[in-house]
Order: sequence, then structure tokens, then C-alpha cells
Amino acid sequence: MSKLLGIDVGSTTVKAAVIDGENIIYSSYVRHFSRVKETVLAELEKIGKQFPGEYSVAITGSAGLGLSQRSNVAFVQEVQAAFIAIRKYYPQTDVAVELGGEDAKIIFVTGGTEQRMNGSCAGGTGAFIDQMATLLNITVEEMDKLALRAEKTYPIASRCGVFAKSDIQPLLNQGAKKEDISASIFQAVVDQTVSGLAQGRKIKGRVLFLGGPLYFLKGLRKAFKTTLKLADGDAIFPDNAPCFMSIGAALYAKNVEAEDLKSVIAKISAAKGSDDIVTGKPLFESKEEYAAFVKRHRATDLQFTDIATYAGDCYIGIDSGSTTTKLIAVTPDFKILWSHYQSNNGQPLDIVINKLKEFIKLGCGRVKIAGSAVTGYGEDLIKSAIKADFGIVETVAHFKAALHFNPKVDFIIDIGGQDIKCFKIKHGAIDSIMLNEACSSGCGSFIQTFARAMGMEIDKFSQEGLYARHPVELGSRCTVFMNSAVKQAQKEGAGVDDISAGLSSSIVKNAIYKVIRASSADELGQNIVVQGGTFLNDAVLRSFEIETGKNVIRPGIAGLMGAFGAALYAMENIRGESSTISLEELESFTYSSQSANCHGCTSNCNVNFIRFNDGRKYVSGNKCERGAGLKPVSAEYDIYSYKQGRLPESIHGNPGKMGRVGLPLQLGMYEQLPLWAGFFESLGFQVVLSEKSSRSLYFKGQHTVASDTACYPAKLMHGHIESLLDEGVDFIFMPCESYNIDEHCSTNHYNCPVVAYYPELLKANNERLNDGNFIMPYIDLNMEKSTVAKLHAVFKKYHFTKKQIKNALKEGFERLESYHADVKEKADEILWKATEAGKQIIVLAGRPYHLDPEINHGINKLLTSLNLAVLSEDSIYEKSEIVKVNVLNQWTYHARLYRAANFACSRSNVNLVQLVSFGCGLDAITTDEVRSIMEKNGKLYTQIKIDEINNLGVVKIRLRSMLAAIEEAEKHK
Amino acid sequence: MEEIRDYTNDYPKWDKSMKQTHKILVPDMLPWHFLIIQEVLRLEGYDIEVLKNENRTVIDEGLKHVHNDTCYPCLCVVGQYIDALKSGKYDLEHTALMITQTGGGCRASNYMPLIRKAIKAEFPQVPVVSVNFSGLEKDSSFEIGAKLFIKLAYSIIYGDSIMWCYNQTKPYEVEAGAADSARDMAVNYVVDKFKRGGYAKYKKINRHIISLFAKVERRQEQKVKVGVVGEIYVKYSRLGNNNLEKFLLSENCEPVVPALLDFVLYCIVNVVNDGKLYGHSKSKAFIYNLVYKLLHRMQKNIIKEFIKEGTFMPVHDFEHLRRCADKVLNQGVKMGEGWLIPAEMAALAETGVPNIVCTQPFGCLPNHIAGKGSIRTLKELYKNENIVAVDYDPSATKVNQENRIKLMLATARENN
Repeated sequence: MSKLLGIDVGSTTVKAAVIDGENIIYSSYVRHFSRVKETVLAELEKIGKQFPGEYSVAITGSAGLGLSQRSNVAFVQEVQAAFIAIRKYYPQTDVAVELGGEDAKIIFVTGGTEQRMNGSCAGGTGAFIDQMATLLNITVEEMDKLALRAEKTYPIASRCGVFAKSDIQPLLNQGAKKEDISASIFQAVVDQTVSGLAQGRKIKGRVLFLGGPLYFLKGLRKAFKTTLKLADGDAIFPDNAPCFMSIGAALYAKNVEAEDLKSVIAKISAAKGSDDIVTGKPLFESKEEYAAFVKRHRATDLQFTDIATYAGDCYIGIDSGSTTTKLIAVTPDFKILWSHYQSNNGQPLDIVINKLKEFIKLGCGRVKIAGSAVTGYGEDLIKSAIKADFGIVETVAHFKAALHFNPKVDFIIDIGGQDIKCFKIKHGAIDSIMLNEACSSGCGSFIQTFARAMGMEIDKFSQEGLYARHPVELGSRCTVFMNSAVKQAQKEGAGVDDISAGLSSSIVKNAIYKVIRASSADELGQNIVVQGGTFLNDAVLRSFEIETGKNVIRPGIAGLMGAFGAALYAMENIRGESSTISLEELESFTYSSQSANCHGCTSNCNVNFIRFNDGRKYVSGNKCERGAGLKPVSAEYDIYSYKQGRLPESIHGNPGKMGRVGLPLQLGMYEQLPLWAGFFESLGFQVVLSEKSSRSLYFKGQHTVASDTACYPAKLMHGHIESLLDEGVDFIFMPCESYNIDEHCSTNHYNCPVVAYYPELLKANNERLNDGNFIMPYIDLNMEKSTVAKLHAVFKKYHFTKKQIKNALKEGFERLESYHADVKEKADEILWKATEAGKQIIVLAGRPYHLDPEINHGINKLLTSLNLAVLSEDSIYEKSEIVKVNVLNQWTYHARLYRAANFACSRSNVNLVQLVSFGCGLDAITTDEVRSIMEKNGKLYTQIKIDEINNLGVVKIRLRSMLAAIEEAEKHK
Repeated sequence: MEEIRDYTNDYPKWDKSMKQTHKILVPDMLPWHFLIIQEVLRLEGYDIEVLKNENRTVIDEGLKHVHNDTCYPCLCVVGQYIDALKSGKYDLEHTALMITQTGGGCRASNYMPLIRKAIKAEFPQVPVVSVNFSGLEKDSSFEIGAKLFIKLAYSIIYGDSIMWCYNQTKPYEVEAGAADSARDMAVNYVVDKFKRGGYAKYKKINRHIISLFAKVERRQEQKVKVGVVGEIYVKYSRLGNNNLEKFLLSENCEPVVPALLDFVLYCIVNVVNDGKLYGHSKSKAFIYNLVYKLLHRMQKNIIKEFIKEGTFMPVHDFEHLRRCADKVLNQGVKMGEGWLIPAEMAALAETGVPNIVCTQPFGCLPNHIAGKGSIRTLKELYKNENIVAVDYDPSATKVNQENRIKLMLATARENN
């Protein structure tokens, strides 16, 4: 009888299984390093030698589809393949969880069969773990071992690899333990699977765990078992887990006609690459062209001077970046005395200490450190450790450095490991700053991770791309998307060179069209300086020049520009002796780190204490001064703090004879709480508010989230509902409102679709909700008569009269008005006091629910700690005249934004920062319009995207850059 | 405060006289419907052209000119416009762009200003003209009188019948291309009716359309039927959905794509519903209800034609769709495609098409609720309901989308 052969071609590996009769006689698992066809053929040759004869063959797997189509070998969808194998070998299974290189899948076997795969946004899992291991500079195996020794886990955004990275990087920089980070990464994978995939269905009963990562990683297994609360016997980890799909494919092959393995091999080797992929032009047509290019860029290199002979002053600049640490020592005549560039490997402080020691020793007493400055993510820590003279914002450092190379510079773009930063320069000052959003970040390190995945160093990888004939088009969105575009290209037969060149061009396009959002290259400027480590890659540099059609300046120290700028800053600004740490102090320098949760407020910041041996200590991770043990800045200049206190006061706290009503404080309720509190209390209900938002509240409701790309406020709502249900209220009230209250300053007065109809989604996806305990009437508050009638009908069982309802509504509106009036009065006070005190004022503009500290992550406190006064859009929009905008102005909350922006433009000491929830579709429209209002008035526009990620480091850089730019602009006036 | 601060940029307006001087470009969504509409408007004296450019540069231009987070349909539409304007085929001084606005609460009504913004730098002279019934863009609206409105409604109805019959014929045709020639004949027949008069005899015309397709020789075999629902543009447009219908055909399925008229009726009914739910303008609701009744009666009569002839499954009855919606969520969910999506998914399940691709642009807000959010309820209502939600996006790969659809199909075959 013929044998059965299943081949599973995944995104990173090829798995094969041979079944003879009832026995699995062969199985294998090999990485394919993107050489899909070759790897498959090699496997087949091996099998053919060992077990010659006739085979029925089926291919499965995400990367197998194309191969099967072109070779005409049978295909079975991989979840289906798993299902077949489960039925045969583990028929008692209730749920199967499979993690692969790029996909995550859940198969519910019992209680209504259902098969689920991750959506296109949720980043890969195996690939995600690989990427994180690279970030920690350890192997996946080491990471697994470390994870088992963890003492705690940190919250890490689980939705997408790029987000997770922005969570992890600061932890690393703050000196959190690798053990704990490793475990946190695994926990993030588990959370992603449970929330992103299960979506309301509980994973319970006997659970089968499949796929490579779950087979090899014990830490991951442990995290799954603990999270799902599975007993030992109920968590099944089969020995053949990695090859499980290939076994399923082999079983499927039963229905396929058998043929000699040789003919299968012939079919596959004859399979052609398809013409589906789009390709671009080569970066360089010839070696000569490349040589000329290199020569042109050499011309802008700095000169070196020999540290072995040099005697005199020098200035130290340190750029403690997200993934790399850069140090430079510059002489007063701008020669490079010494420099160092190194991957962080998780511990930037050690690097700085060691390298600084090394440098001072090289100087043999001839070289004197006359000044020092630190910039970058790790600025605070490094500055306090080495007692640097200055700490400066990254953007300022980069601008200083660029000025040195071209005093006429009008545009700077810096692509680093994790960020893309662009500045436009006007009249010698930074005019606008564009930073990438959390979503499309990670570009530089993405190329690096990718190179390693291909088994290559980054230098070699980029060299490969220089002469590629057909660079692939990979799109220009987030790296997770790029990742799968790369996979697709590989499947279609693109070579390493084409992919390397394609990646370079993607990064450039991402920067130009997504971050800068230029519609043509001419918008950028005439004198462009490019920098950042990523531009040292000639393929990226060339792509940039091709895309912009301009020759640009890339200094030879492109990767060191931040450090160089810092050194220049120290040189310009030092007065008197430098305070920089001495060699003796360095020799005896030690430190210890410890982390704990601050319980100063509900934010529960994870605070890191680093103690230096001289007794000084450094605290990081805290959002406000409280965590650092300092007295908090007074809230008197902060409308957010005021509103947070004032809003719940709308509930007067009547005991309530009619029963207890639960109001979920999220989304629209952040605006309408006073109204509904007044309404229900006046009718004799006791009003119960949902638990305060927190990450753990989010996790509580995570299993009922239906769409993982909805905004964080919406997803948090699920937790609020759970908390009210646990509270045992008689019913939860949450109206559906297509129309918001008409404030008579826009064409229409809609709510956004999410705010308007989220109750429908909640009810459909939380099995604890029903018509009795979840009241969600459709009302339009502008129409009193119909609203009264609707509410009267909804609460029929309480036998209220229409008059009672009407009066209750009136009471509600009165409380809403009084709340608005108080907020506005407070805003007037802040405005006046701050102006008197000469403070800068920021309108932190978003939506009413951005008041939630779990959503704004305490950005208001960050602002006050920077000595700014904070107002909100709803507290001042009425001070502005009505504005006419280009877009269709049809949402109530958004109309406030435009007026708030107009108001900010009317005062010299007021600026605006727009808060945008990730995934908010409507803000794609408002942000551009608010920006254009600000820019038309010559004001800086700053936008902060917020999500579940809790990384204020980036936000801080953004805000400080903004302040530096405002300051510069003031100086030039 | 009565003062007004005006931030609007100047843009070229559309005025009626341009009918004589300008060519109007229309983005493609439903090739056969739009072909009929194009001919109808040409007969009215408009120089209309439905854009057919679908190459990769369309998407690239879209990416360059539209905000990253804006929905994919907007990106496709803007891409088609810019690519066309750059092609050199059109006299830029005498070209206008046309787009529809529903005035609903999702982003789609903002495509108009976004298009203006996108073309502002390179094509400042090109006016954008709005087709809407909500009183928007008063200075650049396309005038549609009662008579033209009725003609357009007929065009949609005929387009629907042609699409509906074609999808039920193509998978089974014995002679390759037979369904396509039936479609060509049907389209020519309809256009001819508009040219020579008699276009209003919709029963007769529908009878003829059905008979043209019924004549095509069909193989007797059972294929998996797959419903396509979702956001209006990616549901219908092959540029938007990576040619989903073709993919389904290649997977040996019968695509079931609900009629465009249902979306029109949905928009009309929403005004009626607003009257009922909130007591909004009674007179407006009355007129809309009248139009609705009229169109729905036509739909009923067409369904009768389908049943009488007997070859094809008839189009959905809109009243049935409304009742289906009521089982899942409130008809108050009216932004974007709102309640129409679960209504169609339920109606498909009830008519023997439980396998469904729910298409949506990545990050589509109404779809969070009406699409993904309602799947659980639908699965409880209909045991076999087998839905895959697919996101469309410039960077979402075809392989990724197709793999998910294949998973749905595997389950479908399992259930069969």
C-alpha cells in the first residue's frame, strides 16, 4: 500500500510526516530561512532515500498555498489539517491552541465546532517571540530558561509586536530583570491568544497545545496553563506537536491519488515563481554608480584625531537610545577624538560606565573632560549616574548636530532603531516635529531582526540589496504587515537581494508618506540631512535619494548624531568646571536595581529604584512625583485632576428605594454621567459607578472583546460591565445615541459609531447580559418628547408617570449643566492664574473619556511636572468663535476640537496637544484638520497616540521636544 | 457667540454649466451597474466616465495622498482619481470628479473633503461634485431631479438582477463564457431600453434578463454557496476586495452578492426609522416612507418574476431583511452599513447560504459593532452560520486573506 506524506510549510519552518498504515514512521521539523522550495525538496529527497515508493501527498501551511498551486500538489488548509489529526489522535480534546511562526489559531472542538485564526493585525507569535529574544539579545531557549525563574510580570501590550517592543524597551533601559521580562513576553502571547482569538468563548476543558513554540518553550506552556487555570491532566502537550499539522495533512492525503515520490519531486522543482509580486527598479545599475555614490557621501565625514597623542579639552556626548548606546568625545575644533556605538544588550548603564572608563584610560591624563551631556531614552538614568552636566531632548541634540553639517539645513530625518523623527527647520528653529506613531515604529530594528532571521548580519544583508535587479514592493505600513508581505514575496520566489532592497525602500516610504505624510518629495525641503543608524545602510540611503529625487547629506557619523549634538551642546553651554564623574569614582561605581509598585494613586506605576554605591538613588517608571517620593505638583493648574474629582460628585449618593442602577464610567458616560446620575437619583434609584479603569479591569472583560482593533476605551468598557455585574446591580444603563447633544457649532451632531452603538456589541458578546439587566434604549437627547416616551416605556415596570420621567430628565440636564459650568469656571481660573504666573498652558484635547487616567496614562500629570498648566478641549471650546473647517464637521465631540484649536491659536501662551486613541478612525480626519488650524496660525501641532501601552518615555520626549521648540520660537521673536 | 472663523480652503465649485464643458470621472464599484448608470447619465447629456484603472499605482497614489488611518475605500477611490488625472488622458481644465455622500455618522461622507484635499496641490482646477440627498455641499451638488432619480433607481434594479443571475449562472455554465455573453446581452438590452424608451417596464425587462441567463446551459452540481456582505465598497469593488468573486469562483464556489438596491432602501428606511425612534421630522419621514414603499413594491414584483420563472433563487425581500435585523440588533444602528450587515448575514443563513465572507476595511468603526460584534449572536441564531471576517487594507496580503477564506470554506465543506 502506498504511504501518506504530509508537508506543512509554515512561515519559518518546514514540517514533514510520513504515515505507513497506522504508524508515523517519519517526522521532521526544519527552519527554511525563506528558501521554501529548496527546503521542501531536500526533505523529500531525504524521505525518498529512506522510504522509497508510492505516496499520497498533501501540502498545508500558510506558505504552502502558493507552492501547492504552482506544483499542483493537493492542499489542505492548516487548521483543517490540525482538525483531522485531532480527531484521530486526541478525540477527547475540547479546545486546541496552535501557535505557529506567524499565525495563532484556536479550534473549538466540542460545544459547537469553530475554528479561529488571528486577524491580519495581531502580529505573529513565534516570530514575535523571536523578535523579542533578539531585542533582549538572547536566544529563545535562554529566554525560556530565564522566564521560568521570573518573580513578577510586567504588563506588556499584547496586541501587536511593535507595541510590545515599545513596552519592553523602557523596561530594559530602566534595568528591569531579564527573567521578569521574558516571563512577561510569554504572558503577552497568552493574553493575545486568549483575548484576540477566543473573543468571548471560554477556553476550558481538555486543551491541546500545538505548534513549535508551545512545544519548545516551557515558560510559555506554564503561562498558558496558569492563565487558563488548567489542571495537569487537562493541558495536553503532544510529543509530535511541532509536526502535528503535517500529520494532519498526511491523513488528509488518504483521498489523494498516490504517485511515485520522484514525480512529486519533479512537480515541485518545476514549480515557477509567480509573476504576482510587484517589483521596483534596481538601486544601483552598476558598480561605478555605487562607487560614485560612496565617494559623494564620504565628503561629509568628520575628521578624526588620535587619542593616543591628543592633549587638551574634550566634550562628551552620550545618546542612550532605545536599542543602542552611542558615545562620542569631540575636541573644541570639532574633531572626533573617540566614539563608540553598541547595541544595548539590555543594559545601557553598564555600557556607558565601562566605555567611559576605557576612554579616560586611553586619554592617560592628557585628555580633560570639559563638559558632558546626555540625551535619548536613558537620559535621566545615565545623567544621574555619571553626573553629566546637561541632559537634553533628543530632538534638540539632533538639530544641533545637523546644523554643524549644513547651516542651511531645513529638513532633518532620523531613522533609528525604533523611531523615525523628522523636523522641519524654519528661521533657524525647529518648526515642526514628526515622530512615528507607535504602530509604524520599529523600522530600523525590524531590518536587523529580519537580517538575523535570514541568518545574516545586517551589513551583509543590506549589501545584498544594492544590486538587486527586482526589489520587491512590500507596502509601507506597520512592520507586522511588512513581515507578512516579505513572507509572501518569498513564497513567490523573491531572492534575499530583492527583499533586502525592498525592505530598504519600504522603510523610506514609510517615513516619507506615513510619518511625514508628504504628498510629494518637494515638500520636505531643499537642504536635507539624514541621520540615524539605519541610514548607514547604503541601500536605505539610496532608496531615500531615489524616492525624494534629491542628493542628501548623510554624515559619516549618522549613527552618532544624537551623541555628537549632545557634545556640541555641552561645548556651547558649559560654564565653569564640568561635574562629570571622575575615573576614581568610575572604578568604584556599582549599583543595584529593584522594582516595586507605587501605590500613590490608581495608576499603580511600576517603579524602578536604582541605588548607586555613593548612596544616591534614581527612580524611574513613575508617572508623577509621588513615585519618586517627592511631593506631587499641585493640581491647581490641572483641569484633568479637577474634572476627575468633580465628575463623580454629580452622584449625590441617595440610598435609593427603587433599586440600584449601574453606570459604566467609560466612553459616552464620561460626558453624560451627571445627566444620568441626576435622572436616576431623582427617580429614587441608587447610582453605582463601575470600578475605576485599570489594566486588570481590562483583563477582566477581555474575553468578551469582539473586535481587537477597536479603540482602548471601547475595549475597557467590557471590564466596566463585568465589574457592575459583579457588583450585583439591578440593571446596567447605557443608552444608544446616534446623535449627541447638539452644541450648534457643526453641520450635524453625531456620536462616533463606537460610542453610539457599543451597547449592542456588549450585549451580543457578554453572555451575562440580557434584556432585564442591561437597559440600552435608543434615544436622541435633543428630542425631549420622544426621549421621555422612550424612557417611560423602558422603565414601565416601575410605574413612573411621564411627568416623573420628564422631571428626572430635567434634574439630569441641570446637573450636566452645572458640571459644565464648574469645569468652565475652573478653566477660567487656571487660565488666569497661569497667565499671571507666566506659565505655558497646554490644551490637552481629546474626547471626554480621555479623562480616564488609564486611558491618558497620566499625561496631564506629566505636563504639570514639566511646569505647565493643563486645560481640556471641553473646558474652553466655547471661548472660541464658531469655526468653519474643510472637512465635514458632523460629530459633537470633534467639533469641540476644532474650536479648542482655534482658541489655542488666539493666545500666545496656549498650545495644544491632541490625544488620539489608537484605532480611532474618525481622528484620521480630525488630526489633519486640527493640525492645519494650528499651522495656519503659526503654532506647533503635537499629537500623542495612546493605547493600552503604558510607555510615557516616548510621550515625554515628544512633549519636551515641543517645549524646546516653543522656547526656541520665543527666543527668535 | 456668533462670530465665525473660516478655515476653509478655496476649492473649485461645480456649477450646472459645467455639464456642457466638463467630463465627469466616477470611481468604479460595481462594473455592470455603473456601466448602465454611465449610459443613463450620458443620455442625460453628461460626459461621464467610470474609471477602470486598477493597477498597483492606483493603490500607491492612494497611499501617498490619503491619511494612513483613513479607510481603504477612500484610499482606492482617491488612488483611482489621481492615477487617472496623471494619465494624461484627460483635459484637466475640463474634468470633474464625482463622489456620493450619504451624510451618515461614519467617515464615508468625509471622502468628499478628503478628495479635495488630496488633489489640491496637483490638480487645483478640478472640481469635485457631490451626489447626496442630505443637503450637503450646496455649492457643488449634482442635481438629481425626480425623473433622473427614478432612472437611476431602475439602473440599480436592472444591474442587481443581472449580477444576481450572473452569479447563479457562471459557476455552472457548460460552455465557458456563456454566462458572460448572457450578461453582455442583458446589459445591452437594458441600455437599449433607456435609449429607445420603455425602461420603466421593469417587470418585462426583468423577465427578459432572467430568461437570457436561464437559457445558458448549466451543469447539475452542488457548489458551496458563499455570501458576501460588509462595507459597501469592499463588498462590491474588485479593486477593494482583491477580486473576491473571482477567487470564490476559482475555489469552486457560487458567490452570493446581495443587491445594491438593499443598500439604497437601507438608507431610505433609516430616515423613516429616525422619525419613529426619535420623532425627527415627520414630513421628511413621510416622503421617504413613500419612496420606500414604491421601491419595495417594485422589489416584490421582481421577486415574483424570479419565482415564476423558477430557475434562480430570487433577490432578498427588504422587509424580510428588516425582520432579520430585528433578531440581531436594533435598526437604530444606522451608521455605515449598520444593521444591513447582520440582516444580510441572517437572511443568507435563512436562504441556505450560511457561509459568509464579511468584508470590511481595516479599522472600520461601524463594522466593529455590526460586523464582528454581531457574529456571536448570529451563530447562536443559526447553527450552521459560518462567517469569516476579512480586513481589507493596502498592506494586507492576498495570501493572508485567502488563507482565512479557505479556512471558512473548509468548515463549509465539512458542514455540507
